[in-house]
Amino acid sequence: MMCRDQVIRVNVKSEEQIHLLQALETAQEWEVDFWLDPVSTELPVDIRVPRFSLIPVKEHLTFHNIPFTVMIENVQELLDKEKAEMEANQMKERSTRSLNFGAYHDLNTIYSWMDTLVADYPNLITKQHIGVSYENRPMYVLKFSTGGYNRPAIWVDTGIHAREWVTQATGVWTANKIATDYGTDASLTSLLNTMDLYMLIVANPDGYVFSHTNDRMWRKTRSVNPGYACRGVDPNRNWDAGFGGPGASSYPCSDSYHGPSANSEIEVKNVVNLIQSHGNFKAFISVHSYSQLLMYPYGYVCSSANHQAELVRKQKTEQARNVCHCLNNVFKSNLIRARDQASGGSIDWSYNSGIKYSFAFELRDTGRYGFILPADQIIPTASETWLALKHIMEYVRDHPY
Amino acid sequence: MMRLVVVLAVLMGVSGIPDVTISPPTASADTSAHPNSIPETADESEQIKARTEEGAEEDVMATGELNPNHYPARRAAQVVQHYLNTRYGSPFRLIGVQTVHSGNAEDVADSGRKYQLELSVNDIITNTTQTCSAELFFPKGKGQQPPEVKASLEELLKIDIKAQEEALYQKYKTNQTLMSAQYLPDSHGHIEPDMKPFWHLGILASSFIMLNESTENTLYNVAQVANITQLTTEEDHLEFDCHTLLHEVVSQEIIHWKMLFTWSPAEGVKVVQMKRLPHRHEREKSPKTN
Repeated sequence: MMCRDQVIRVNVKSEEQIHLLQALETAQEWEVDFWLDPVSTELPVDIRVPRFSLIPVKEHLTFHNIPFTVMIENVQELLDKEKAEMEANQMKERSTRSLNFGAYHDLNTIYSWMDTLVADYPNLITKQHIGVSYENRPMYVLKFSTGGYNRPAIWVDTGIHAREWVTQATGVWTANKIATDYGTDASLTSLLNTMDLYMLIVANPDGYVFSHTNDRMWRKTRSVNPGYACRGVDPNRNWDAGFGGPGASSYPCSDSYHGPSANSEIEVKNVVNLIQSHGNFKAFISVHSYSQLLMYPYGYVCSSANHQAELVRKQKTEQARNVCHCLNNVFKSNLIRARDQASGGSIDWSYNSGIKYSFAFELRDTGRYGFILPADQIIPTASETWLALKHIMEYVRDHPY
Repeated sequence: MMRLVVVLAVLMGVSGIPDVTISPPTASADTSAHPNSIPETADESEQIKARTEEGAEEDVMATGELNPNHYPARRAAQVVQHYLNTRYGSPFRLIGVQTVHSGNAEDVADSGRKYQLELSVNDIITNTTQTCSAELFFPKGKGQQPPEVKASLEELLKIDIKAQEEALYQKYKTNQTLMSAQYLPDSHGHIEPDMKPFWHLGILASSFIMLNESTENTLYNVAQVANITQLTTEEDHLEFDCHTLLHEVVSQEIIHWKMLFTWSPAEGVKVVQMKRLPHRHEREKSPKTN
């Protein structure tokens, strides 16, 4: 331990001084240790002086008219800091080179990782800053594109509701999956050769941070509601589609508060702006948890093995049956449900905007763990979701409009 | 008012927006009218159209044969789950709904609504399944009256958990320090194996509350056990103070409850006291002005 040891620097002016300093080294009772040896008048001499020797050594130097300065006031402090930095760098290196996809990560880690992903796949992925959150955090979209100009595009967002941690984690895994499979998976490769994919992994950064720092069960944004102690608006009730209708609350303290007006939340507005100015999105997929459902506006039922899907009956395509079957297998239980979709939802807005293939996923589980899904279920969840997502994307690719 | 029925999606076979007579729900749509499937007949489509044009006030519940895959049946099934846990649950036996096979709902004069369900439930811990028939009655009228449930388990009760229960009871009856645990599971979904029985106890005690609070329009799960603390007692049971977070899926609210309950292998869980805690915002400090 080098607590309060100091490193002093001497700018030697003469040979005599050099000899004196060299003699210092032999003064065993002082236990000094030269970091820069006294060799010539051209070079400074750095000496680490143990705490107990500081006074005598300094007196000695002063007595011999050898001016010195204190370079390091506390060696231990510096060592501690360096150790911490090293550890942090190691962690950083570990996380960016090989992020543990089977764990939940905070916002900073996800954002750093996004940068390395982009650095590793510069010909496929770019990071776009699409605006800031209420608390001024950047919002980033990963754009997967092999070129072209304003190609038809697919939108995927995760994490619009802060507490649904498996969704942000799924977003991360999926982005990585797409990056690594492009070029090797024929279907994905053909898809990305004609279409672009936009992924917003943390659609609600303020909420996500808050769910880490303060309240694991936080759902909404963190905007201030004037006159109320409670903050936040449910970002999935804030879209301009039947805004203020049933299934949304007008009470700011409610977890399904729709907000003062449609698009009042900057997080929502940023996405709306992007989608509208792009003008060529063909699919819009929003990922939530929990319940294990796949939802579509306007009620089409993908029924169990006994019944044909309504649409299949109308269209009678093998592909349709296969996709239905695949989705049935992918979302293990309680696949088929009808649920009241609440007003002001994103996929309602996207559908009304002409984006025909608008879906919302609800990932694992069905209530046992709910929002606090064990981390060891992240990868299985993301993998099974990917199968469904891929199917939908392939469908969109094969049915241009 | 807007009501979109959102169901399991089928992308396939869709070359365009299929022809449907259901117009995008408008502000005047009835809350409870769900077009669950594409209308096959002109009659059905008329009905749905009529419902969507109705005022928001009337709550027309799904009546007659229920689609077992849709939410009205699923919500009723969840009530059965809570009931079964209050009646048969244990730190080593936790019941969950697996599938609803069929369901039926009807109005009972002016007094309420009756449901009949055929479902499969499973013992979450051993992953054993059995079928179950249930009858529920949701009383109508002022004030929150709990639903009445008739359902029983036979198969799952055959799984012997007595030894585990006794061991747990003895361990904590004779321990030197009273146990106390927070956040079961933790934020990352992690829970120590020896804490699982307390997580389950928290869920069981909460099941009494969830059963009491349930209506046809709610769906409760336990989001997390925030705190469970053992209390001293001279009686032949273990006593706990417990704070749990319930998640109500329809409103998406997290509701905090505090309970005082007892457990023994002989008596099962008995909730002595329960109290709903104020909403988060009542406990939050006022925001800083930016």
